[in-house]
Amino acid sequence: MSASPQRKKIVLALAPVVAVIIVAYLFYFFNSEVKTGAVLNGTFRDSTPLVLAALCGLLGERTGIVNIGIEGQLLMSAFTGFYVAAATGSIWTGVLAGALSGALLGVFLALCAVTWKIDQIIAGTVINIFVAGLTSFLYAQGKTLTGSLPQIEIPLLRDIPLIGRAVFENTPIAYLAIILVVVLHVGLFHTRWGLRSRAVGEHPNAADSLGINVGLKRYVNTALAGGLAGLGGAFLSLEAVGTFERGMSAQRGFTALAIMIFGRWKPFLAWAGALFFAFTSALARQLQFDQVIDVPPQFINILPYVLVIVVLALFAGRVRPPAAAGKPFVRE
Amino acid sequence: MRLNQRAENVVLPIGAVVLALLIGAVMIRLNGSNPLTAYTALLDGALGSKDDLATTLSRATPLIFTGLAVIVALKAGLFNIGAQGQLLLGATFAAWIGYDLTSLPSALHVPFAVLVGGVLGLLPAALAGFLKAYRGAHEVITTIMLNAILVNITEYLVGARGPFHDPDAGAQSRTPLIQPSAEIPDVFGLPMGFFVGVVVAVIIGFLVSRTTVGFRITTVGHNKPAAEYAGISAKRITVLAMALSGFLAGVGGAIETQGGLENRYVAGFNAGLGFDGITVALLARVQPLLAVPAALLLGIMRAGQSTMSFRADVPQEIIDVILAIILLLVCAPIVVRWIMRVRGPKDAVEQIQITSGWGGT
Repeated sequence: MSASPQRKKIVLALAPVVAVIIVAYLFYFFNSEVKTGAVLNGTFRDSTPLVLAALCGLLGERTGIVNIGIEGQLLMSAFTGFYVAAATGSIWTGVLAGALSGALLGVFLALCAVTWKIDQIIAGTVINIFVAGLTSFLYAQGKTLTGSLPQIEIPLLRDIPLIGRAVFENTPIAYLAIILVVVLHVGLFHTRWGLRSRAVGEHPNAADSLGINVGLKRYVNTALAGGLAGLGGAFLSLEAVGTFERGMSAQRGFTALAIMIFGRWKPFLAWAGALFFAFTSALARQLQFDQVIDVPPQFINILPYVLVIVVLALFAGRVRPPAAAGKPFVRE
Repeated sequence: MRLNQRAENVVLPIGAVVLALLIGAVMIRLNGSNPLTAYTALLDGALGSKDDLATTLSRATPLIFTGLAVIVALKAGLFNIGAQGQLLLGATFAAWIGYDLTSLPSALHVPFAVLVGGVLGLLPAALAGFLKAYRGAHEVITTIMLNAILVNITEYLVGARGPFHDPDAGAQSRTPLIQPSAEIPDVFGLPMGFFVGVVVAVIIGFLVSRTTVGFRITTVGHNKPAAEYAGISAKRITVLAMALSGFLAGVGGAIETQGGLENRYVAGFNAGLGFDGITVALLARVQPLLAVPAALLLGIMRAGQSTMSFRADVPQEIIDVILAIILLLVCAPIVVRWIMRVRGPKDAVEQIQITSGWGGT
């Protein structure tokens, strides 16, 4: 039996992951374990907010809502997470507040898209601009955190050479992100909720005629999706950096959309995409740190953005997004 | 009361601005300052003297251009959120032409530098248009990525290791001063660039509503299949509209360099002009001529914000919040209508619809 198109697609998307691992081990072979470890560590760290944000975009679009506002959701939740944690002294309260603020912006996006029927891309852009303004207005310097999220080490697995230390010695949100990839995959493709959500994203009229409340479904899922982005934002300020900076989301929300497209609206493929993106930026950082390549830092900075454009140029025209993504639902 | 489309194009933005200023007043009050003092200082800082007015006009000038850039793209159903990067590239290269070419008469030097700025703005935008039309890469993502790329590239160009760096600037990222022959002169003490902007707004208005090209652009924007059926190549129009959009943004950047406050390109100085252009475009209800008053309003707020911040002791970022609320309210007219107790036009196109999916080929 020849390979089905489905299988071909999966092979195509898994290729970068395999490439990453091969390059990583080659790098390990020719370089030191410390450096390779640093790159893999960076990869895993950077991939966490990316995959959470990509899951946010994916869940929204599967239900028919295009979310350009992920960037704003990341920034808002990084902000809320950090300041709530600083004010209450509890990191976990901060994480929760971050996730909630992301969800709240999700509800707002649904309000714009479902109730007001505003163009979804404009609505998302409004969210981005609004959050950028609000967070820089409320930004206050000199706040510090009292602690940080604990590192959880998973015994045995962390002893795997190279990969072990990078993956199995991490903070809870990083693990949670992987669990959420699995949960979302099972949820979307193996539960009644997932079937209904996808129906709303593919053919809302059919879903409606079967008694599914299209608007409500879009509200709930966009809010849940916002919570995912909110976790990613809280990760940015509470785990990765431990501080809040203006504009610290640094286009990750848009990168996540590219990852979502690259991952064909599938959680596992999106995860692979996030790892691939994170790996390239971690590798570039390390190469520059070691001064293997001596070029102005700006040329290194642009690499992840160039990669997004290249990936879109290669893949965007070949994939099929959920049919009703971006279209307001009007009962026929 | 029911409004017709024309009346609503005027009433809604005004209502949105007033409402946003009221919300802003509440926020200023909550911040512990007096809103009245703040807004008086804002106006005084922007319009208090002739010099202030000149500053306000030169702040408004690039906003007319980025506003028009966003409008032209929106007419074709495209959302160019990359006007920022296109403007930066245009501004940088206009500065280069401005300082590097000597012994050129002003009548040639000024337009040549502006033209180069426009072309440099055109290139990245046309690339985004091409990727959209022929590769299905959505322009919102590609242009935002190009923004990040172009910020870095322009920083490199004028930075300490870059070719356009001012040798006297030390670690600061900027170009040398442009030649006097490249400076855009003032008329009656007011920046001429602003008046050029007004003329360009009229030209774009004419182009969009009265020419074949404009008709093709709006047809593609309204209904792509219908446009294709009528023999219009939607792909070509997509590239063309993005190119024109980027050209306008680049010209805006060039005029900012040659007729602005610095007479050189300074990295970081022009941050936010592209995003304000989005607000201008939507506040102007995507009408080229209305971009002028919309840009003027934003110019006032940008020019007066530091005086306001200084006198009323409120962070000047409050203006960013107020502008975002304005943007939100013009996009959600239902809120303004509800508060003002007016009803929308009966069968008008309610909002701009641009969402065209990811696989847009």
